Amino acid sequence: MILLWGSNARETHPIFFHHVLKGIHNGAKLYVIDPRRTSSAQWADTWLGLEVGSDIYLANAMGREIINAGLANTKFIEHATSGFEAYRDHVQKFTLERAECETGVPAAAIKQVAHAYAGAGRAQLCWTLGITEHHNAVDNVVALINLALLTGHIGRYGSGVCPLRGQNNVQGGGDMGAIPDRLPGFQHVENDALRGKFEKIWGTKIPARKGWHISHMLDAMERGELTTLYCLGENPADSEADRHRALKLLSGLEFMVVQDLFYTKTAELADVVLPASAGWCESEGTVTSSERRVQRVRAAVPMPPGVRDDTEIIFDLARRLGHNWGEPKAECIWNELRLLSPMNAGMSYARLEEHGGMQWPCYDEQHPGEMFLHGRLWNDPLIGPRAPFHAVESVEPVDALDQQFPIRLTTGRRLDSYNTGVQSGRLNSPLRNGETIDLSPADGRQYNLHEGEKVRVSSRRGSVVAPVRFDSGLRPGLAFLTMHFPDQVATNDLTIDAVDPLSGTSEFKATAIRIEKFLEQ
Amino acid sequence: MDLHLTGDRPTPEEKAAVDFELGGAPESVWEGGAPAEDGETWSSSGGNQKAESQRHLLLPVLHAIQNRIGWISHGAMNYIALRLDVPPAEVYGVASFYGMFSLQPRPAVVAHVCDDIACMTRGSEELCDQLDTRLGPENLPCAGGRAMWVRSNCLGLCERAPAVLVVKAGQKPQQRVLAPATTDRVQSMINDAANDVMPAAPDVLNPQLSVPQEGSPKLVLLRRVGKNNAPELDGYQRLGGYEALRKAFDLGPEGVLREMNASKLLGRGGAAFPAAKKWEALHLQRDLLKSNPKRKHYLICNADESEPGTFKDRLIMEGDPFAVLEGMTIAALATGAERGYIYLRGEYPLAAQRIAAAIEAARWEGFLGQNIQCSGLNFDIELRRGAGAYICGEETALFNSIEGHRGEPRNKPPFPTQAGLFRQPTVVNNVETLINVPVIIKQGGAAYARVGTESSTGPRLFCLCGHVDRPGLYEAPMGTTLRQLLTMAGGVAGTGRLQAILLGGAAGTFVSPKEIDVPLTFEGTRAIGATLGSGVVMLFDDSIDLKRILLRIAAFFRHETCGQCVPCRVGVVRQQEALQRLIDNRPMGSKADELVMLKEMAQAMRDASICGLGQTAASALESALQRWNVFA
Repeated sequence: MILLWGSNARETHPIFFHHVLKGIHNGAKLYVIDPRRTSSAQWADTWLGLEVGSDIYLANAMGREIINAGLANTKFIEHATSGFEAYRDHVQKFTLERAECETGVPAAAIKQVAHAYAGAGRAQLCWTLGITEHHNAVDNVVALINLALLTGHIGRYGSGVCPLRGQNNVQGGGDMGAIPDRLPGFQHVENDALRGKFEKIWGTKIPARKGWHISHMLDAMERGELTTLYCLGENPADSEADRHRALKLLSGLEFMVVQDLFYTKTAELADVVLPASAGWCESEGTVTSSERRVQRVRAAVPMPPGVRDDTEIIFDLARRLGHNWGEPKAECIWNELRLLSPMNAGMSYARLEEHGGMQWPCYDEQHPGEMFLHGRLWNDPLIGPRAPFHAVESVEPVDALDQQFPIRLTTGRRLDSYNTGVQSGRLNSPLRNGETIDLSPADGRQYNLHEGEKVRVSSRRGSVVAPVRFDSGLRPGLAFLTMHFPDQVATNDLTIDAVDPLSGTSEFKATAIRIEKFLEQ
Repeated sequence: MDLHLTGDRPTPEEKAAVDFELGGAPESVWEGGAPAEDGETWSSSGGNQKAESQRHLLLPVLHAIQNRIGWISHGAMNYIALRLDVPPAEVYGVASFYGMFSLQPRPAVVAHVCDDIACMTRGSEELCDQLDTRLGPENLPCAGGRAMWVRSNCLGLCERAPAVLVVKAGQKPQQRVLAPATTDRVQSMINDAANDVMPAAPDVLNPQLSVPQEGSPKLVLLRRVGKNNAPELDGYQRLGGYEALRKAFDLGPEGVLREMNASKLLGRGGAAFPAAKKWEALHLQRDLLKSNPKRKHYLICNADESEPGTFKDRLIMEGDPFAVLEGMTIAALATGAERGYIYLRGEYPLAAQRIAAAIEAARWEGFLGQNIQCSGLNFDIELRRGAGAYICGEETALFNSIEGHRGEPRNKPPFPTQAGLFRQPTVVNNVETLINVPVIIKQGGAAYARVGTESSTGPRLFCLCGHVDRPGLYEAPMGTTLRQLLTMAGGVAGTGRLQAILLGGAAGTFVSPKEIDVPLTFEGTRAIGATLGSGVVMLFDDSIDLKRILLRIAAFFRHETCGQCVPCRVGVVRQQEALQRLIDNRPMGSKADELVMLKEMAQAMRDASICGLGQTAASALESALQRWNVFA
């Protein structure tokens, strides 16, 4: 069984979804939980169209049903988890009936999915930004992990939890320490021993305090604490929630360097732009996929004139700042990482080549890598700490609906485009119809709109104009936009930058808006 | 699945036709229903398994639209896609596969005028010419825009040529047969149909006309035809029907297989495969049925009789439908199949009516359904109608057709007895093969095998048509010579001077009058490089231009190739083009060059085509070129 929660993988992860389809054709059941009846949901055995932001309510109600129906995997819970009793008591108030009221999904359907998940021999629980682009993102994730712990669908062949990554190397960015509080290999920067190891080998002092998330950085710019920005492969001028504010803050910086493959909106604001190579075809190195598999990448074509490899640029910059790191050679950098990051220690280039990629952790050159990150939970006796249940509360989205802003806007992606369109916008697609505000046909009737008509969409932060498209997969009161065409419809003028304190993610998925007829001059 | 539909919408009438066929309105707005008054329920169920489980309804639903509206619009196909969760491209692919479906607007009344080889000997060209003069060109509306006429491949009414099938779409769709047809009768039926006046019955079975031996005590297979008019189950039993089934219950599956083996019955559909072998293959897999509840055995009666010149299965189903059901029920006992299908070609309205009535009556009297006659046997039959595709008579294409896919043959192996219909073990038997079964069980296999020759046992049905004095369906023991058969049928008609005989239909072979003493057995015909095929014996007098017959056969294959494999798809087109050039006396290179090319192409098609259609598409042409210098 495959449970897609807050993911429209059919459009956002089309290659991954091919594998899902293979499973479906082999008899796997697919369940999809999404406010929209997306193209993924149309493949589902059962689709649950919950209200935006009611995921925790639904997850807790499923948890209660699994426990009360006697379907919980008590052996696994006793063996490898902690905090079950508190969780069990906590979820008792999330009855199916109340969940139906809160989520809008029929109680029978919730029960069905709960039973299917708990009863499945193997179950994959996959999620994407529908879970994480909320002000309580981490709570959402924890609510899902609770279900996996409850049923033992974790750390086994065919069973696990899987956040689908948005790019081929998001995981690799995390592996390399592109997280405010981590050094490469997920080693905490505030741990003196770990930090000390890095300082010794790098021969320099590392700040002992964790850094900022991008949302924290914007706050710091506002306070005047952050005045210089070196921005690599990111386009915050288009991608940040509450775009007006982001633009204002980026423009107010004293100095900004943008290093990117494309001349992005952010690059337009920069003092210096460094054209960088295309990692997937012009550079040597590695990437890490969603399943923690590290694979080699090789340069296949020469770079165009004027472009330099990312590592070359950084090495040169270091030299100008007085540090000679030698020649930028991908394998040397990788071997330095192996020295510092235990989970990558056994992955020599030779082994990566030989095995066609390896999954971390891989502690030494004899270690084969691990197929399951959490396989240890099944070891008898248990290796490492118990996996904790966390009782989490359901909290409404920050941007509340009222009479002025009665419609819930949620955002996402479409098959033909990618994020802010920097990489995909210049390529033609027969599927692309430009940006539209998608509404339920019932709302279309209520507002007396026809398809293609332009409307003004306003939130508490800004307003945009977009043509209307009807989508019968949307319930009345729910609207949908993407951020693929910021020049045409600046969706992030509308979204709220209410941020999850733990992950730093903004609540792109829940904005209160209103729709008005747009009269062109 | 996520369907990408065009904006075309169905009309209320199209929706009604689909909803009626599927047994009710759609459950939700997402399956094409109207939005719910009190809002939708925010969950939906579906999924791939549900979609796969209803895919087989695609062909019946397309029939429903064609029958109700007269053609199938893009809006209707979109609605079907939504209802059955099938990609619209596949709906289009299936709808455009079949000759009886029109994807262009058409008048409600369409007259299908057979201009195939048997009807050519009986004036179909003149008929078409006169219709052209009186009603206007084919494929264009006539009768005030309410009707049209089109040329058609063989309608299987060859003993009463020339033949016409008039189809009227509407709330009560009607199919009426006109044979033998005259221009006046066609014209008046078209006008009547356009004004809603049509004969009550689709056709009349006249045994004197169609089964000239009727009443003869020697008949075994045809003994009941004409004696049990408007066939009834009581009448069938009075004439010895279902005695064999009772005996089969006593014998048990092993006993039935023993008799079948002893009978040495070879399949009568054309391929002459030992019938008992197929049954045994399923019988041997019986244990797997018990251990796996998802596993099923299927039995299919192949009644997609479309070989030009063949009409035997139609007359059996019209005259003695219960015999087919009894044969199938005995086969079910031996093979462990609980579900049977009769796949009937779409152009046989009277046979459809009689088989459907027979199935109903048999169910009612406990000869089909659960625990048949308290024997513990469960078996039921579903009637499926083809839609004008010769290729669907190929057994694996037939599976695809029932399953709701394009009727394209599959590669073998796996063979049907391993993975056939719905990828389950399946036996496919021809109608004539099946009516031999009760005879074998009743007489005993050994007694049956004494009729005919050592390797071709039992009685055989022959479809005599063309220039023969008394065309019709004849029964004779295997081994009867062609000359004897001709004598039975009153000799050569037309000019009285026999030019050629086509054995086995379009996929068969020509023989010359010199070969008239060939014994009609599988081995006898093989010895002279001919085939018995489906039992067609079509005569041509010396007034016939054989070149035109060969060209018509080539046109037939060009029309009927499914286009799946290259040798056949390209070969049948090149073959027809080359023949046309030879006839027009403008060969590419010399005539000899063209004949060499035709021969090489025939070899390529025989060697490399997936199925029998491509493998035999040049067979008639080659046999003619061997015997006569056709293009001198």
